Amino acid sequence: MKPTPLTIAAVIAVVVTYIRAIFFTPYEAVQGPVQKIFYLHAPAAWVAFMAFGLVAIASCLYLWLREDRLDRIAESSAEVGVVFTTVVLTTGPLWGRPVWGAYWTWDARLTLTLFLWFIYVAYLVMRSALPDRAMRARYSAVLGILGALLIPFIHLSVYLFRTLHPRPIVMKPSAPSLPGEMLTTLFLAFASFTLLYVALLRARYRYAVTRDGANPAEDHRAR
Amino acid sequence: MQSSAAPVITTENLTRKFGARRAVDSVSISVSSGESLVLFGPNGAGKTTLLRMLGGILKPSSGGAKIGDVSMPGGADVRRRIGIVSHHSLLYDALTARENVEFAARLYGVRQYRQNAMQALEAMQIDDRADTRVSELSRGMKQRVSVARAIVHNPDVLLADEPFTGLDVVGAKALSTLLIESRSRGAALVIVTHNVDEGLSLATRAAIMNRGSMVSIEDRTAIEPHSFGSRYAAMVSADA
Amino acid sequence: MRDVMADAWLIARKDLSIEFRTRSAFLSAVVFSLLAIVIFFFAWDATAVPAIDLAPGVLWVIFVFSGLLGMHRSFGVEEPDRAIDGLIAAPIARESIFLGKAIASLVFIVAIQVIAIPAVALFYNLPLGKIAAPIAAIAVLAAIGLVAVGTLFSAMAVNTRLAELLLPMLALPFFVPIVIPAAQATAKLMSGRPVGEAVAWLKLLIAFDIVFVVACALAYPFTIEE
Repeated sequence: MKPTPLTIAAVIAVVVTYIRAIFFTPYEAVQGPVQKIFYLHAPAAWVAFMAFGLVAIASCLYLWLREDRLDRIAESSAEVGVVFTTVVLTTGPLWGRPVWGAYWTWDARLTLTLFLWFIYVAYLVMRSALPDRAMRARYSAVLGILGALLIPFIHLSVYLFRTLHPRPIVMKPSAPSLPGEMLTTLFLAFASFTLLYVALLRARYRYAVTRDGANPAEDHRAR
Repeated sequence: MQSSAAPVITTENLTRKFGARRAVDSVSISVSSGESLVLFGPNGAGKTTLLRMLGGILKPSSGGAKIGDVSMPGGADVRRRIGIVSHHSLLYDALTARENVEFAARLYGVRQYRQNAMQALEAMQIDDRADTRVSELSRGMKQRVSVARAIVHNPDVLLADEPFTGLDVVGAKALSTLLIESRSRGAALVIVTHNVDEGLSLATRAAIMNRGSMVSIEDRTAIEPHSFGSRYAAMVSADA
Repeated sequence: MRDVMADAWLIARKDLSIEFRTRSAFLSAVVFSLLAIVIFFFAWDATAVPAIDLAPGVLWVIFVFSGLLGMHRSFGVEEPDRAIDGLIAAPIARESIFLGKAIASLVFIVAIQVIAIPAVALFYNLPLGKIAAPIAAIAVLAAIGLVAVGTLFSAMAVNTRLAELLLPMLALPFFVPIVIPAAQATAKLMSGRPVGEAVAWLKLLIAFDIVFVVACALAYPFTIEE
C-alpha cells in the first residue's frame, strides 16, 4: 500500500521528535540518559488509553446504530492500541530498573496499563474465535463497553492498594516541574504519537475495509 | 377458536441473509388454523432457517413473519402459542424425560404441569420411560420426548423440523396421530420432512423449497403423489 | 418483575438439579479447593510466613478458580442438543435466563465457600469464630460480582471456538477488582483489625457489584439475539 501523506507526516514528526529528544534535550539531573525513555513511555501510554477510549465509543455506537463501519473502527483501534500498550509495558521496566532498582512496581498506573493490555488481548483473541461477523461485532462491542467500565475499578483498587509512580511531574497547574525544553520535547512527543496513531488507525481501517470486501461507499448501510 | 379461514402464520417477502448468502429469499406464505403446510426441499434449502424465524429464534434480515397479528420475534404472549420440534432435541441429558417435559410446561405457564407432562408423554407412548434420564434413552425415544416437550402446553401453532427422524413405527404413528389431532382442533402446522409419503399423508398443502426460495405450493388435493415424488427426487439429485 | 424472578428461579432450580445429578463440577471444585489448601501450605515456609498471611490469598484463589469451573458449565449445559434454543423460544424474558443462571452459579460458589472457609480455618489453625459473619458477608458480596461477570462471559464464550480458554481470559481481568478488595478486607479482619478499616474495601466491592450486575444483565440480551 502506498503511504499516504498523513503517514509520511506522522513518521517525519516522530523522527524529528526523537532527534530532538536524543540530541537536543538536556539530561535529567538525577536519572541521567535513561530518563529519555520517558519520551517514549508516556506518549505511548497516552495513545494506548486513547485508543481504548475509541474502542469503547465505537462499541457503544455500534450497539446503537449497528453499522459495520463502527465495528471496523473498534477492531482497528484495538489492534493499534495493543501495540502501543506493549510499548508502554516494555519501556516501563527498561526505565524502572536503572531508576528505581526494580523491573516492575505494582503502582497504580503501570498496573492499570497491564490490565488494559489484558483486556485488549482478550478482545482480540475473542474476535479471532468468532467467525460469524455479526456475532463478532456484537460480542466485541459488549466487551469494549465492559472493559471501559472496568478501567476505573482497576484504578481504584490498585490506587487504594499502593501508589509508587513518580508524582505527575508535568501537569502541575502553578509551575511545571519539567524545565521548558523537556516540556516542549514531551509535548512534541505526544503530538507526533497522536499523529502516528491516527495514521496507523486509518491504514488498519482501510485494510479492514478491503478484507471485508466492503465498498467504502457502502459502509453506511446497517446490517 | 379462530375460523379456519383466518391465517395464523403469515410471511411477507421474508428474507434472511448470512453474510452475502441468502438462506431464505423473499418467501411469502400463509397457513391458517386447521391447516398443515408440509415443506419439502433438499438440504440447505433454507427450511430450518425459515422455521427458526417463524419460531422467534432468529430475526429476519428483511421482510416479515407474523403469528396472528404479532411480528416475529414477538413477545411472551405470542411465543406461548408456539410449539417447536427442532433438529436438536432441546433436552437436558442429566434430567429425566418427565423432568424435561415438566420444565418446559412450567416455562410455558402450564398450571397443571405435572398432569400435562404425563399426558404429553403418554401421547407419544413414552410414558413408561418417564423417569429414565434422557442420556439413557435411544435416539428414537429421545425424539418422542422432544415432541412431548413441544406440545405439552397445547400450542395452536406447531413448527416441526423433521420430527419423524429417528422414530420407529410406533413413534411415527403416535406423532402422526398427534399432528392430525391438533390440526383438527384448529392448530396451524408447518412440518418439514424428507419423507414424501409421510409428509403427503399429513398435508393440507405441500410446498417445495430450494435455495432459499419457495418453488411450489400446492393443495394436497391437487397433488398426485407419484409425480410429486419424482419431481422432488429430481430436484434433490439435481442439486447434489 | 415477579414473572422475571419466578422464571429465573425456575431456571436456577433446573440448573442446580442438573449439577446435583452429575455433581462433576462441584466435586472437582471441592477437590481443587482442598488440594490448593494443602499445596499452598507446603509451598510456603511456615516459619517465615504465618498461616494468617497466607489464608486470604488461598481463599480467594480457590473461589476464583472454583467459580470458573462452575460458571463454565453454566451455559455449557445448554450446548448439547441446543437446549438454549428452548429457553430462547420460551415465553420468558431474556433477563430471566441470565438471572436464573447467575443465581445457580451463586449457589455453587457459596457452597464452595461454605466448605473452603472452615477448611482453611481448620487446616491453618485460624480461629475464625468471631469474624465468621463479616467474612461470610464479604464472601457473598464478592461472589455476586464474580457471578455477574462470569455468567455473561460464559454465555459469550460458549459460542466461540475457544470456549475453555476464553472464559478465564475474559473473566479474570474483571475478577481482579473483586478479589483485591475482598482479599484485603479478609486479611484485615483476620489480623484482628477493627471492621472499620475494611469499610473502604467493602464500599468498592459493593460499587462494583451494583455497576456490573446491572451492566451484565443489560448486556446479556445482546449475546443471544441473532
